[in-house]
Parts: sequence; structure tokens; C-alpha cells
Amino acid sequence: MSKSVIVIGGGIAGMEASAYLSAMGFNVTLFEKDEKLGGHLLNWERLFPTKRLGSEVLTFLKKGMDDKIKVHTNSNITKINSENGKYFVTNDNNEIFEADALLITTGYDLFDARRKEEYGYGIYDNVITSAELETMFLSGKPIVNKQGKVPKRIGFVHCVGSRDRKVGNVYCSKVCCVTAVKQATEIREHLPECETYCFYMDLRMYGAKFEELYNEAQEKYGVTFIRGRLSEANETIDGSLLVKVEDTLVGRPLKMTVDLLVLMVGFEPSKGTKDIAKILNLSTNSNGFIEVADEHTLTNVTNLKGVFVAGTTTSPRTITNTINDARAAAAEIACYLNLYTIQSRNN
Amino acid sequence: MADFGYKIQEDRQINYDSNDRTLFYFLKRVEPSISLCIGCGTCSATCTAGQFTQFDLHKIMLYVRRGEKVHIANEIKKCMLCGKCSLVCPKGINTRNIIFQTRKFIHSNK
Ligand code: SF4
Ligand code: SF4
Ligand code: SF4
Repeated sequence: MSKSVIVIGGGIAGMEASAYLSAMGFNVTLFEKDEKLGGHLLNWERLFPTKRLGSEVLTFLKKGMDDKIKVHTNSNITKINSENGKYFVTNDNNEIFEADALLITTGYDLFDARRKEEYGYGIYDNVITSAELETMFLSGKPIVNKQGKVPKRIGFVHCVGSRDRKVGNVYCSKVCCVTAVKQATEIREHLPECETYCFYMDLRMYGAKFEELYNEAQEKYGVTFIRGRLSEANETIDGSLLVKVEDTLVGRPLKMTVDLLVLMVGFEPSKGTKDIAKILNLSTNSNGFIEVADEHTLTNVTNLKGVFVAGTTTSPRTITNTINDARAAAAEIACYLNLYTIQSRNN
Repeated sequence: MADFGYKIQEDRQINYDSNDRTLFYFLKRVEPSISLCIGCGTCSATCTAGQFTQFDLHKIMLYVRRGEKVHIANEIKKCMLCGKCSLVCPKGINTRNIIFQTRKFIHSNK
């Protein structure tokens, strides 16, 4: 009988790894806590840097999911036992599933912007998150603020909940700079009259075609970039927001009112990731994500034999890198289960 | 002599070979968090003193780092030690103590 793998988390990484593992002949069972597979990808209209539709990528991922993969949606894991190299996974229906290896793809949650009180999210009407702006794009409805007004000026605040010791997250979330640049250009497409401003500390345009998107944002779309981190936002009488920032390149304080303030919220290990780490006793790193056995060479291997990880469960990353990482995890698991000799390197 | 409107220009370069960075090394010792500053300017944006005067904390810290001490003694007086800058700094830098220690240093080196 062929060996079996249980994949926990049906987002991008979970789907792509399941597809590869099943294609290689393993019995795959995939658990997803929500109703649908796709994770955060379901909430994103267009993807950086090309602005292609997120739904196209989802369609691709779904095509990989053959009929042999057993998918359990609306299913949470409550218990995991191991015995003689086998894992026994219990879900909240009290069903028990057996596997020779586990893959954890429980991913990330977005930072709760209410924790940065000085930006007024949850207090002021027109402070929204990058995810909420994406929901607006996805809905196809006109872009308006809470008062139903078409915004004339929108500010994007980088690094909300990332690179910030005050909230306990020192790391960079990697995707929010380029997302801000993407969203600012999209605003200009939807509302050519609306001014867009990005408030940043550093612009991290490291990926293929990121810098090109940035150039386009400046030249073609006229997005303005101001290097400085907001100290606070305050609501004015008409519901717009007065932001205060140091324009560090000019070396003078700057204030400006915007009709909509978009907070580029970062990544945190998801609740699912934290729960599974606890259930299994998986090591976590200083940022709370799952610790990998070696940062360079064993990025899908954990402290537990037979338990593997992929995607944003170990650190923030892009969709491209998540898909690659999922395939790498599938290869790693195949080597482990088939006892390929290359495995001996890992010890 | 006829005045042609020319005068000898001061050298504007930051001279890293001759600058005196003792203040920075002193601060690094007594408040090591100073090294973490990325110049994001949040401290300056929140600073009450900075809104009405030329006072600009993140710039001062940069000058200190580069060993450009010329205006620091005068500038640092404008701070009211209210500590708002420490509250907002994303790097958790104890900016208030940096100012306090800078004043101490300048005082003892007079
Ligand atoms: S990607 Fe940009 S916005 Fe996001 S945390 Fe990193 S520097 Fe900040
Ligand atoms: S807020 Fe902190 S990191 Fe930013 S410029 Fe001021 S001292 Fe430096
Ligand atoms: S302590 Fe000084 S530098 Fe800091 S905010 Fe107050 S006045 Fe400004």
C-alpha cells in the first residue's frame, strides 16, 4: 500500500503540496478550517507585480487537486498522537486519520491593526487595511469612503505591525511594500483624479518585476512617495484624516489630510499555526513562526521526524515563493517516505 | 578692494577622516539602542519642540553619528524631555535617554 500524508491547511501551500504529493502516488488527506480551499488568495483581486487576477492562480491550484486527494473542509485538528513513526490526527468531528508524514501549511493571519492605536483603525471611519481595500476592488463597487464620498486623496502607510518592536514584530513582512505600490496604481486606474501617497521607511522592491512596478507607479501613475513613518492620524470634522509624519528626506515635519488611510498590515503566525505548534510541540522561532531545521538547507524540515512545513507557516513570503516552497516540501516528503539515500544528508 | 561678491566657501563635505565621533561612541556605550536608528522620523513627527522650531531629533542623532557636532549643543537645549519620541519609536530606542546623556556629555566637556 502506498504511504499516506496528511496536509493541515488548505491555502496556497497546502493545495500545491497536496497536488504534487498525490501526483507522486501518495495518499493525501487535506484539512482546511474554512469552508473553501484557497486561504488568503480568495480575498485578493489582483496580484503584484503583474496585476493578474488572483482567481487565475486559484484555478491553476485547483486543477492540480486530483480526485484522489481527500479534502476535509470546515475541519479543525484537535489532537495528534504519534506511534512507531505513524501519526494519528483527530479532528473536531472526533474522526481519527492515520499518516506516515504530516505537512503543516497553516500559514499566517494579518496583523490586527487595532493594536496600533495611534493610527486609529477601528476608531476612525476612514482608516482601513490593505485587505479591506482589496475587498473593495474585488466587489467591483465604486471606491468611496465611509461617508459615500469619492476620495480625492489616499495615503498608504507601510510597515503596520511589521518592523515594530512596540508590537513585538521585528521582522519585515516582505509583501506589503509592493502591495502598497500595486494598490496605489490601481487607485489611480479607478480614480484618475485621486492623489496617492505612500509613507514608507524603506521600499523593499526585491522581487522580479517589483522595481519595474515601482518605476511605473512613479512615472505612469504619479504616485508620490514620502520617506517617513507616521506618528499618528487624527480624524477631522468631515471624517477625513490628518496625518503627521516627518518628511525625512526634506528634514521637516509634514502634515496632510487624506480621505482614506490604508494601513499595510503585515503577517503574523496564524492562530492555526500557533495551535498546531502547541499540539505537536513544534519549535517556533523568535518571531513565533515554525522553526525550520536549517535556514539554508532544510527549510521544510522541523524538529519532529516526519513533520514538515511549507509556505508562510515558517515566515512571510510571496505567492510565488509559497508555491515553490510547497513543491520543495513535497519533494522533501517523498524522499523521506521512499527512503531515498539523499535523505541521509539531513542528519 | 572691489567686492565681486565672491567668498571662500566652507567645505560642505562630511569628513569622515577628521570628524570627532567621541559623542557617538559615548552614547553607544551608555545607551546602546542608539545604533538601531533607521531614521524613519517618527520621533521627529511626534515631537512638540520640532513643530515650532528647527529642532529635529532624528537629524540630530544622524549628525552625532557622523561626528558633526557643531550645532548639537544649541539644538539639544530645545528638547523638553517629554519622552513622546520614545513612545513612538518602532525600534524601541530610548531617545529620551539619548538626549539626556548628550546633555550630560556636553556639560562635562565644556
Ligand atoms: S515589505 Fe515594506 S511595508 Fe512590508 S514590512 Fe517590509 S518594509 Fe514594511
Ligand atoms: S523613531 Fe526611532 S528609529 Fe525612527 S528616527 Fe526616531 S529614533 Fe530613529
Ligand atoms: S523628549 Fe524632546 S525630542 Fe522627544 S518628543 Fe519630547 S521634546 Fe521632542
